[in-house]
Parts: sequence; C-alpha cells; structure tokens
Amino acid sequence: MSTSAPVLPKLIGERVKRREDPRLIRGLGTYVDDLKVTGMRHLAFKRCDIAHGTITSIDTSAAAKMTGVEAVYTGADIAKILAPMPIGTPFPSPPHHAVAVDVVRYAGEPVALVVASDRYLARDAADAIVVTYDPLPAVVDPEAAMTGQPTVIHKDFPHNLAVALVPSGTGVAPDYSSIDNSAVDKAFADAEVVISQRMVNHRLVPNAMEPRGVLAHWEPGKDTMTIWSSTQNPHILKTMIAAMNGLGQHQVRAIAPEVGGGFGAKINIYAEEYVCSVVSKQLGLPIKWVEDRSEAFVATTHGRDIIGYIDLAARKDGKVLGLKMRLIADIGAYNMLLTAAIPTLTMLMANGTYDIPAIRTTLTEVFTNKTPTDAYRGAGRPEATYFVERAMDMLARELKMDPAEVRRKNFIKPNQFPYQTQMGAVYDSGDYEKALDAALTASNWKGLVAERDQARAEGRLVGLGLAFYVEVCGLGPSSSLPTGGWEHGQVTIERDGRITATTGASPHGQGNETTFAQMLADQFSVPFEHVTILHGDTGIVKQGIGTFGSRSQAVAGTALHLAGGKVRKKMAQFAAAMLEASEDDIVFENGMVGVKGAPAKAKPFAAIAAYAYVPVPLPPGMEPGLSDEAFFEPNNNTYPFGCHISMLEIDRETGEPKLLKLIAVDDAGHLINPLIVEGQIHGGLAQGIGQAMIEEAVYNEDGQLLTGSFMDYALPRATDFPRFELSATVTPTPVNPLGAKGVGEAGTLGSTPCIVSAAVDALSQFGVTHIDMMLRPEKLWRIIHNHGGGRS
Amino acid sequence: MVPIAITVNGKLRKAHVEPRTLLVHFLREHLNLTGTHVGCDTSQCGACTVLVDGRSAKSCTLFAVQADGSEVTTVEGLAPEGQLHPVQQGFWEEHGLQCGYCTPGMIMSAVNLLKDNPAPSESQIREGIAGNLCRCTGYQHIVTAIQHAARHSGKAAR
Ligand code: FES
Ligand code: FES
Repeated sequence: MSTSAPVLPKLIGERVKRREDPRLIRGLGTYVDDLKVTGMRHLAFKRCDIAHGTITSIDTSAAAKMTGVEAVYTGADIAKILAPMPIGTPFPSPPHHAVAVDVVRYAGEPVALVVASDRYLARDAADAIVVTYDPLPAVVDPEAAMTGQPTVIHKDFPHNLAVALVPSGTGVAPDYSSIDNSAVDKAFADAEVVISQRMVNHRLVPNAMEPRGVLAHWEPGKDTMTIWSSTQNPHILKTMIAAMNGLGQHQVRAIAPEVGGGFGAKINIYAEEYVCSVVSKQLGLPIKWVEDRSEAFVATTHGRDIIGYIDLAARKDGKVLGLKMRLIADIGAYNMLLTAAIPTLTMLMANGTYDIPAIRTTLTEVFTNKTPTDAYRGAGRPEATYFVERAMDMLARELKMDPAEVRRKNFIKPNQFPYQTQMGAVYDSGDYEKALDAALTASNWKGLVAERDQARAEGRLVGLGLAFYVEVCGLGPSSSLPTGGWEHGQVTIERDGRITATTGASPHGQGNETTFAQMLADQFSVPFEHVTILHGDTGIVKQGIGTFGSRSQAVAGTALHLAGGKVRKKMAQFAAAMLEASEDDIVFENGMVGVKGAPAKAKPFAAIAAYAYVPVPLPPGMEPGLSDEAFFEPNNNTYPFGCHISMLEIDRETGEPKLLKLIAVDDAGHLINPLIVEGQIHGGLAQGIGQAMIEEAVYNEDGQLLTGSFMDYALPRATDFPRFELSATVTPTPVNPLGAKGVGEAGTLGSTPCIVSAAVDALSQFGVTHIDMMLRPEKLWRIIHNHGGGRS
Repeated sequence: MVPIAITVNGKLRKAHVEPRTLLVHFLREHLNLTGTHVGCDTSQCGACTVLVDGRSAKSCTLFAVQADGSEVTTVEGLAPEGQLHPVQQGFWEEHGLQCGYCTPGMIMSAVNLLKDNPAPSESQIREGIAGNLCRCTGYQHIVTAIQHAARHSGKAAR
C-alpha cells in the first residue's frame, strides 16, 4: 500500500457537491429552447378553445398568405402523414389524432399548425387561422360521465368508460376467473366499527419550470432524424418516433439535452413530438416548437384526479379487519402513453403498510372533456397513501386512539418480509415501527401534543397530523413495464485512465452525473473528477429506458455498478500481467493499481489503462481495451417507506391554513448522496404540500380550465413553507447490490394525508371528520363559521 | 425595426429590433445569452430575471426598446470569467438547484436581495425570492444557499 499519496476519501454516502452545477449556475446549460440549427423554422399550434365540439370549418388562407409562413397544416393534413398515436398500456383505446380531425374533446387540443421563419410570426399566423365549431355538451364530472350523459366522448365507449377493472384483492384469482367476496363481507360483518368516506384526490398541473420543447431535424441526404426533446426518456422517444415515421430505429437519434424538470409529465410521447418529426421529414427542414406556459397548462398531461370510496372495517382495539376501495379515475379526454396504468398503481398499493386480512378494490377509469392525465410525481401511489392513511386517521379519531398506535397495531412486521400483499405486490424489506418511532422522536410528538393543547387553550385552531407511507419504486422488472424494466450502463476506461460512463437513465434534475460518478470513483478508487457520466443521447448511450418511478439509483445505478465490475475485472487481469502477480492479489487503491502486500510494485491507474490499449505483449487470451456494459433487470420493485408529521394552524377569522412544521423520516435504503436525497425529498414535500394546501386544477362545467396560468394556479412559493425537518432510517433492499430503494417521489406520499389530518385535527371541535383537499380558506372558514366558531 | 443600444454584461450591443421584441428574446435570440430562461407568459415565474441598471427585473415584462440605453446584467455576466459570484457559489455549495431552469433567475433575484439587505433573515429571504418559482427544490436549499452567500459576500459583491 502506498503510504505517501493522499488517501482518496470514499464517496458513497457523502454529501458531494453536484457535478452538474457549475454550468447551470453560470447559465451555460443547454435546454431545447437554447438550440439553433441552420435553416430552423418555428412551429406553432392553433388550439381549440372549446371543450367539446365538431369542427365545421378551418380557414387557413390568411395565415398561409403571411410573408415568412412556410406551411400550414390542418388535422386532416397531418392525418395523411401520421397515424393516430399509440398508447403503452394493454387497454382498448379510442383513436387519438395528434391534431384533431373533425371532433375536439378538450380545450387546448390542437386543430391546426403553422411553420414560419420566426417564432413571433408563427404565433401571429396561428392566431390568423379561423376555426368554427358546432359545440357539443361537455362533461367534466367523472361520476356524471359514467352515466353516458350528457355526452359520449368516444363513440365506441358508450358510458365513457376507458377501463373497468373487476374487483381485485382477497379471493380473486389472478385471471379474475373467480371472485369470492366472502372474506371481505365477513370482515365487515364482524366489524365493531366501520369507517366509510368518499375522498377526492384532485387534479393537478405538473408544471415543470421548463415547458416542453421539440426540435426535429430530418436530414434527407443521410436519411436520419435527430430529435431533441425535453423528455424523461429519449430511448422510448427514439423507438416511437421511428415507428410513427416508418423509420428503422437506426435512423433516429433522440436527445434529451438539459431538461428543466419533468415530474412524470415528460414521460409521455406527445403529439408535438410526432408532429414536429413528420413535418420536418415532409418539408426537409429543422422544425422547432416550444410550449408557452399557457399552452403547457392544457397541452401537457395532468396528474391525479381519482375519487376513492373507502370503507374500513375494524375492531374496537384498532385492529383493521377489512378494506374496500372503489376508485374512479378521471383520465380526461384521451388515453396517453401510461394513463390507464397510473390508477392501477393506486390499487396495487391499497393496503399501504398494513397487514389487512381482507381487501377488495375496484377501478373505473372515465373519459371527460379535460386534458388527459398521466404520470405525476408518485403516480398512483400518493393517491393510495392518501386514501388508506386518511381512513386510518379517521379510525383513530373514531376510537379516540393515538394515530401512531392505530398504525403500530396494523403494521406489517419486520419478520413478515418479503411480504406478499393481496394486491399482488411483494414488499422487499421494511421496518415500519422503527421509522414510526424515529418520527415520533424527531418530532418530539409528546411535546407537539402539549404545544397544540396549549395553543387550543388560547383559542387557536392548531392541529397535528401523522401519516405513514410505502411506495413502489425502482421500476421494473420488465413484466411490469411495456418498455422493459431494465436499465443499461456502459463503463469505459479511456487511454489516459479517465472513466467515461453512459447511463440510460436520462436525468432532469436528479443529479445522476454526480451520484453515478461517486459510485464509480469508489469502485475504481480514482478521484471523483476523473469520472464523467454521459446520458440523454441515444447516439451516445446505446440503450436505455429512462428516468421515472424513482428508478435511477436502484436500476440504472446498479447497471453501471455491474458494468464497472466487469471492466474492473479485466483491468485487474491487465494489471496482473503487467505486475507479474495473480489477478486475485490486485488491489485498486488511491488512483493506483497494485499487488496486495507489495506496495512498491503499484502502478498508476492510468499506466494500466495505457497498457490495455497498447498491450505489448498482449496477455494470452485477452482482447485489448477496457470497456464493457451491463443490462440490469431487477427481480422486483423496491418499497421505500416513511413517516411524515405536520403541525398546522388555521386562522379563525379568515380560514387560512398555515403549515407550522413538517417532520419527515424517510427510509430509502442505502443512500449514495444524502445531500441530493434531501433535495429530492424537499421537492416532493413541496409538491405534496402544494396539493394539500393550494394547488388545484379547476374546470368549470363547460370544460374550461379556470386555473390556466400562474395567476390562478397556485404554484407554491418560498413563503408557503416552513423549514422541513428531515431524518432517515436505513433498511436496505435485497433487490439490488447497492441496497438503494429510490427517493424521488417519497415527499409527495406522506405529506398530503398528514396535512389534511392536521387540518381535521385543528377543526375537530367543530365535528368534522374529513375535509377534501385542497384546504381552500373559504372551505375551512365555512366549517368554522357554520359551527359558530367565529369570534365575530 | 427600431435601433437600440444596450450595454449587456459590460459590452455595448447595437441592434435593430421589432418594437414588440421582449428583452428576454433579445437577450436569448439576438445575443445568444440563453442563460436567461422563459418559464411563463404572465410574468409570474421569474425565470427571466436580470439586472437592469443594477435592479432586478423580469426581462419578459420589458420590451427590448424599453431597455435602450440601459445596462443589463445577465447570469452569464455576473462574475468575471473563471470566477463565481458568491451567490452562484452558495447555490453550488448548498445544492440550491436541481434541474437548473429557475436557477439563473433565482440567482439574479438573490443578488438583488443581498444588495438591499446583506444579512437577511430566513423569512426575508423567502419574501425576497417569492417572485421566483422553483418546482424542484422546495426552496429550502435555495434559502440555505442565499444564507451561505450572505455569510461569504462581506468582502466581495455589493
Ligand atoms: S418568464 Fe416568467 S416571469 Fe418572465
Ligand atoms: S431547480 Fe428546477 S425549477 Fe428550480
């Protein structure tokens, strides 16, 4: 071992500053809208302003006449060069044209488009297109839509039912061949207490700060398409663009440059991506489209929007006997890539962290005249958590039990893992009581209760909320994802000993360039600065799936770890030959490669790398070079969990709620970079708190989005939050060698039920047992004043 | 087309622009200073924040012609080549960014805030950046980043 060289610190588990930041804080990151290609033209859409109607005429003549306008297309024109858009779920789906043909089904649906030399001009020209409609009745309430009245949105779906899943849970065979409700029925017959509540997990607008954007560039000479897009999954984009343009996958290169946030809404492959590609191909010009925020509000998928009818059967001692969950998901006007699958995750996670003997869930997905939904941070799991946790809280309140104790009584116990749920999940590992106890300690729960009681004694409306969550992360395996659930990594030791690695997980704020470099630096014992992570370009990254479902570290990180292991082994073989030692005795230490017990023999890492590329002599049986790859297919998902606690005060005079405290204990298994993990949790909490307290996509009965800009949609600001208090427990997963579970969505899970429960607690003196999100002051004020709680 | 002359990051830039050209588009499309971002069309998000004559301004709310004769600083011009402004340094040290889209505007607002109030309290910081939206961070590390900058900008900046 070398004694003089400085010792390289181990980086896994350290708060390493991000590699990505120096370019971003200087304004030198390159997002789609920052790109320019010679000859580039700008595309702008004309979108309909009614929610449902038949197109009676489109007059494009004024637009076409404008100087600088290259082309104008209507939906019918696009339909000639682009088939209806495919979806990624195995459910029947109505045809969905990228640009509407004949009928429009939500306000904001594209009806025509222009291509012009300049972005202002493109907008002028789009505005100059005149479209007339024969309006049809709109339906925005999913429970009304299910009656097929007042309108049927797609002719082959008579009751507007997109998906109707029969009961699943106890007694249901996997193929639904037998449905036996006797266990659930018995649980409810035996119950000493039953909680029944309709709850709404309302619709949200994801609102990544970077709106979407596309630049498609067909190069006729090369017969290749390059498409830059603000997407979470360039490899899926490549596959779909190739298919829809009649091209081979080898002809398409998809690039996700710097991506300014996604939160699930940039998983879907969108109409605008297909349209830019076919128009570029037809015109032989690079075509750019960048979404305005007003467009983003209606054209980018929304999230959540699930109604749950929840029934919980329990004994008086708090033991839960049975759960019924009837779900109605409002998916908007069309099925998108993953739309139909999202609410199925709510079913999958119905029982949360509890060992409930009898469960029945049903799911109905309904078309309405609204923007389609798809994944939004947490995607189905926050909804499940919200429903089951609110129900548990109502049970605790009904039984006058401590909310922590009710949960403790029903937790799946550590010795039950791996735990096969009735919903078909196999929870990998967990120690829920440990996280609960950690949260009670971290929050000083007893102290909080005393503080609340003191405040109440002073006449203030203060409440406490506690919620537990488990979520399904690290998606795949491939059986759970139509795209495949693996991830790909490639590690190359360059001739100079620097490491270049590629990952199929294309980040948009997650900091993969940093965390993956930490891992590889440790694996090869080289300086962090010597490792470069490349991503987001299918021309460089051979294969990949993408970044969603908290899978980067657990799946893509593991792929890189495995690829690194292969390269390390080969490098050890070269070192063994060079140092005349046995491969088994080779050690990687402090940027050197040496022989165990013979420190003087050690050679710099770069020297071994150089030898591998000019191998004279070539060790027998070896190929030159140091590069290898791995596909990692996890055999299961991971199931991180945690506990969130909040304290909230409601102003008696105005009804305005104020979040005083939020304490989160999260268990995501082993952490590579706790600094980045904290950031992820903060961001998730902000979105969960936003949903609970201020964010809501509101439609009027005509299907107009009333909250269609940041003036009306309350995106949380810095002043909306207290300082979050975070801590962690660590229960590694056996699913991957890193023991990492994933953390990107965690914050959105526990926060909504814990805040609503705190609000209910604050207003409990007025007899409320449940309040639907979001906690609009007017709603709270009415509860207070209808019960004579105002001072005036 | 209207002639304008704006000093951007210390350099006099002359151009002819359409009167309706927004300052943010002049910076991004004419000068290729793409660090200043566009996050909305209603002047709410602050992604486009720059300094105009030393004060923070949302460059999507100004026409380029309104900035004629002004001095504009964008994130690219905040620190001399090869150096970081204390606010930039703070964002790096404290993980004040994730996707980085809001970051240039957030940094410019923080610079303006610290100019007015070199030692702000946490709530003053939160108030000071309330005109800038970030969807990624939950703001906590941004607040810490600005506190870091406040501690370290005694000698530099201002
Ligand atoms: S771009 Fe949103 S405020 Fe200027
Ligand atoms: S870092 Fe992504 S919006 Fe702020």
